[in-house]
Order: sequence, then structure tokens, then C-alpha cells
Amino acid sequence: MRLLNLFKIAFKAIVLNKTRTLLTMLGIIIGVASVIAMLAIGEGSKESIRTTISAMGSNMITVRPGSGVRGGVKQERSAMETLKLKDYYAIKEQADLLTYITPMVNGGGQVINGSNNWPSSIYGVNSDYLKIKIVDLQSGSMFTDAEVKTAAKVALIGQTVVDNVFPDGQEPVGQMIRFNNIPFKIIGVLEEKGENTFGQDQDDVVIAPYTTVQKRILAIDHLESIIASAISEDKAPEAVTQVSEILRKQHKITENDEDDFHVRSMEELISTFSSTSEMLTILLVAVAGISLLIGGIGIMNIMYVSVKERTKEIGLRMAVGGKGSDILMQFLIEAILISITGGVLGVILGLGSTVFIEKFLNWPTSVALYSIIISFVVCAVTGIFFGWYPARKAAALDPITALRYE
Amino acid sequence: MSKEIIKIDDLKREFTMGTETVHALRGISFSIKEGEFVTIMGSSGSGKSTLLNILGCLDQPTSGTYIIDGEKVKSLSKNELAKIRNEKIGFIFQSYNLLARTSAIENVELPLLYNSKVSTEERRSRAIKALEMVGLADRMDHTPSELSGGQQQRVAIARALVNNPVMILADEATGNLDTRTSYEIMSLFQELNKQGITITFVTHEPDIATFSSRTIVLKDGHIIQDYKNHKVQSAADELAKLPKQDD
Repeated sequence: MRLLNLFKIAFKAIVLNKTRTLLTMLGIIIGVASVIAMLAIGEGSKESIRTTISAMGSNMITVRPGSGVRGGVKQERSAMETLKLKDYYAIKEQADLLTYITPMVNGGGQVINGSNNWPSSIYGVNSDYLKIKIVDLQSGSMFTDAEVKTAAKVALIGQTVVDNVFPDGQEPVGQMIRFNNIPFKIIGVLEEKGENTFGQDQDDVVIAPYTTVQKRILAIDHLESIIASAISEDKAPEAVTQVSEILRKQHKITENDEDDFHVRSMEELISTFSSTSEMLTILLVAVAGISLLIGGIGIMNIMYVSVKERTKEIGLRMAVGGKGSDILMQFLIEAILISITGGVLGVILGLGSTVFIEKFLNWPTSVALYSIIISFVVCAVTGIFFGWYPARKAAALDPITALRYE
Repeated sequence: MSKEIIKIDDLKREFTMGTETVHALRGISFSIKEGEFVTIMGSSGSGKSTLLNILGCLDQPTSGTYIIDGEKVKSLSKNELAKIRNEKIGFIFQSYNLLARTSAIENVELPLLYNSKVSTEERRSRAIKALEMVGLADRMDHTPSELSGGQQQRVAIARALVNNPVMILADEATGNLDTRTSYEIMSLFQELNKQGITITFVTHEPDIATFSSRTIVLKDGHIIQDYKNHKVQSAADELAKLPKQDD
């Protein structure tokens, strides 16, 4: 018997029981829709984390001193003075996988301009900093290497600082401000970046030559960190290893000893944050998957009832020449049609609710094609799996008993 | 001498019910020729349902031979039996067994759906022809619930005719109908028989047998009578004799 005829028969049975079919489908619809919506939310949050971190410079590498022991007392990381300027020079000279590199020191303090003041942080860096962090200037220019060498009292400020110490809308470039009573000449304003994913205001900064910050503000000669950018995002892990090796040599760390520093790439940061959201996604999808399973059981239940209810019809079909395999296929196709139609409606509902979530709840979402494909395959498999048993039962009926069944 | 449609020889059918063996058919032999109108009679328990199931290829005999249209049924698989039912036999049941909420024409088309040799267009035209033969051409799109009992049985007869079977097998086909309607159905059967269609009619009503050309009477698994009816009554005449009804 031709498959097309069986399709027609199965389709007819579905159409004749519209309400029941729809109710049966509901389980599948909700299951598929939630799988798609959950995956979209998970993918969305993962992507938003990735984009914010990338905006901070995705090929950025950070070197910080490790926590260590001094006189038997475990020390806080920032208290360690193991990172020196000569480490910076060593890395700059030896590492060939880096394009830009800058030492960094930072401290907090008050930015003062006349009667206006604002608490902010000062970052002491060299002229590579803007390129590593991928920050542009709104106005003015970056300080030069010569200004770094002479520890010139020049600074660049972020928009938040501008808003607070220049409330009248004056042009800040060329003006003098004081940071912890040290006068600085403003030579540039950073482009606005807004808050990052972690709620940190990236515009609340003062940037000055590291020499100036070291000598005039912090009075230290060690570095708090070294930041660099790898030649590409893919090369970042290799660059991390390279920098580690250079530093181990610099710090004369023997093979069995642990590093007294940390080198991290942004990639690691991304995967750390992504893994959290991934866990959540898996959890959500598991819940959605369970509802899909329950939907499948619903199909089996209805198909089972349908076989019982149509025993006489099955007997007749066999009497007029329907083979066992024809009956099996008829019910199997019916189950698959229900689950696939449910799948299609589920995808539509899932996409609809994703749009709703994005528009009205303002959650980032991203529909992955694979989630649609997976739900579809799962639907078809559900139909076959849960339709098989009732269909098998129908096909195994004895036509004589089936015909006499009341 | 016309061709033998059915040839049965020493047919036995036993059922095992727990530890007991029930002999439903204890070795019967007969044959049916093309164009015959045979009634198989017998009270309940006589084995006529068992015989009907075997004749209809729904069941296999325990021993003996059954040949339908030249094919030995004994050696056939389930699927081959289904094929024989599909191509050689037209079933008519007491309770019509039409598919509910399905139009008359689609009900008639049903056997052809299971025959891959018949195209969609041919299926439709043959179903229309069969419905015309039973006088229901104007009711093609009605569902069973919109038809009377007699009309439903006519649809069932059309369904039995649609695959051009070698034999129509009717099981108490008038059992659910009143006298007038059953005479109408019987006269339809007689008409079809006149056109050369072989009919085997299983019943327990003696007056139905008077419309057929031959009667086989079963009792306790044996054939106790097998006689030709030389004075076949016309169901149409009987119908005319019935008191007029105000419809």
C-alpha cells in the first residue's frame, strides 16, 4: 500500500478529532516552545557576556602578583610587591606574541576642580593603554612616551569625571585639576563606554603616566599589574604561557615552586562567566525536556485510547485487506503527525515568546538554529517512540475479535 | 459447466479452550460455483461463524483444504491472506461497519486504498460506479449518521462490490433491518446475483434462504443438508406484497 494513502487516512483521523488532537499536542507544543525559549535566553546571556568582555579587549592579557607568604603571614595580592618594572621590560623585550604592553598602577583619590570634587580612581599606564583597552578619545590626545619618562603631570579623564568636576559644561582639555592635591593638566577626554556587565562605571577614571602615579601619588616603585594585548584572540592562550615562562625566569622560580604571579587572558574570564550561564541553561533545558517527555507520554496515552476506541475500525480495515503493517504505519504516522505538528506550533510559540521576552522583559535572547533542529528531531523521535507501542498493539489485533469488539 | 469459486474438502477447525478441545467444524466438504447464491444456515453453535471466518480468509482451518479462485489458502501467510481478502472477497456485516463521520464514497473507496495498483482517479470512479449499482449515487457525500439503516447497508454492499470480488460474503446482512428494508436489500442481492456475482449469505433466518438458489444447513460442525432451491422467490415480489407504508 502506498504511503500517501496511509498519510491521508492518518490525517483524516486527526482532523476528525480536532479538539482531542490539539489537547494532545499541547504537551509537545509547550515542551518545544520552552526548550527553544530557554535555549534562546541562555544563548542570549552568554552572548551578552561575551560582547561586553570583548569590548574590554578580548585579546587582553593581565599579569598580577600572586598572593604569597611574607614572614609566615599570607599576604593579600595587592600587598605583594613582586611585580617590578624590570619584569615589564623583560616581557616587552622577550614576548613576541604581544602587540601592546603597559605597566599599571592605580589608586583612589579625590578629583578637585575649584569648588567641585569627585572621588575617582587614577590609573597609571603608558601610551599603549588606550590601544589595549580599545578606548578612543573624545577630544585631546594621549600623553607621549617623553611625558611618561619625565613623569609629567598630565591626565586624561572619563566622562563621569567630566560631568562631576566640570558641571558647567566647560571644555576640560587644557584645564588644570588636582588629584589628591597634585595638580594635573587635562590633555584628553575618553570616549564614553558606560557600565560593563559587572556594573562597573568604565567612565569613572583618570588616566596618567605610570611614572607620575608611582612617584607623586602612590610613592611606590613596584607595579600592581601589567596589561598587554596578544597579537590575536586565538594566540592569547599561547601568549599567556609565553609571559608566564618569562616571568618565572625573571623571578627565578624553580620547577617545583608555584608562580608568584597570575597571568590571565580575557578568554578565561569569558569562559568563567559563560560556564555559570551555561549551567543555568542546562538546568532550564532539562526542565523543558521533562515537559517534552510528558508531552510524549500524552501522545502515547491518546494513541492507546484511540486504538481501543477504533478496534472495530481496525478489524474492518483488516477484513477489507489492510495488512498488519498498514495498520501499524497508519497509527505510527498519526502519532508522528501529531508530534510534528505540535513541534511546528511549538517552534512558532517558542519564537513568539522569545520576541516577547526580548521586547517586554528586556532580556537578551538569541535563537540558535540548532535548538530548532534539535526540538524537531526530538519531536519526531517522540512520535515514533511513543506511537510505536500503541501502533504495534493495533497491528497485532486479530481481525475476527476486532470485528466483534463492542 | 461454470467455474468453481470455492472448493472445500474435509475441512476441520478445532479450538483449544483451556484443556478442552472444541470441534467447531468436523470435516465438511462442498464447493460453490460462479454465479451461485448460497445461504449457509444453522443455529448458533452450529459452526457457521467459524465457516464464515474461514471462507473470508480471516481464519485458517486446522486441517482440510480450502481453495478460493484457484488459490490454496492453507499455505498462505497473514499478509497473503490480507491480499486475498482485499482482491477476492467482499464483506458485508450485520452492523454495516461503516467508518463514522466519513462520507459514503470514502467508505466505499476504503478497500481500494489498500490496493496499490489502483490510482486515485480509478478509485474514485469505481466507487461512484459501485454506489450507482446500489442506487445511492445521490447520497455519495452523506456520512453514515445521515443515512438510514437500509442505506447504510447499501453503502456496505457498494464497498463489498468496489474491488470486483469473486464472491460476496454476507454475515447476517439483514439482521439489523426491518422486514421491508431487508426485502429491499435481498432484492438488491438478487439483482446483483443476476448480473453474475457469486453471493454467500450466512443467516439463521429461514425466509431469507428462500431467496437464494442453494441452501447449506450446518449443525454441530457437520453439513446436514445441502439442497438446490428450485423455486427461488423474488424479493421484489415479496416487497410488493407487503402492506403499503406512508413515508
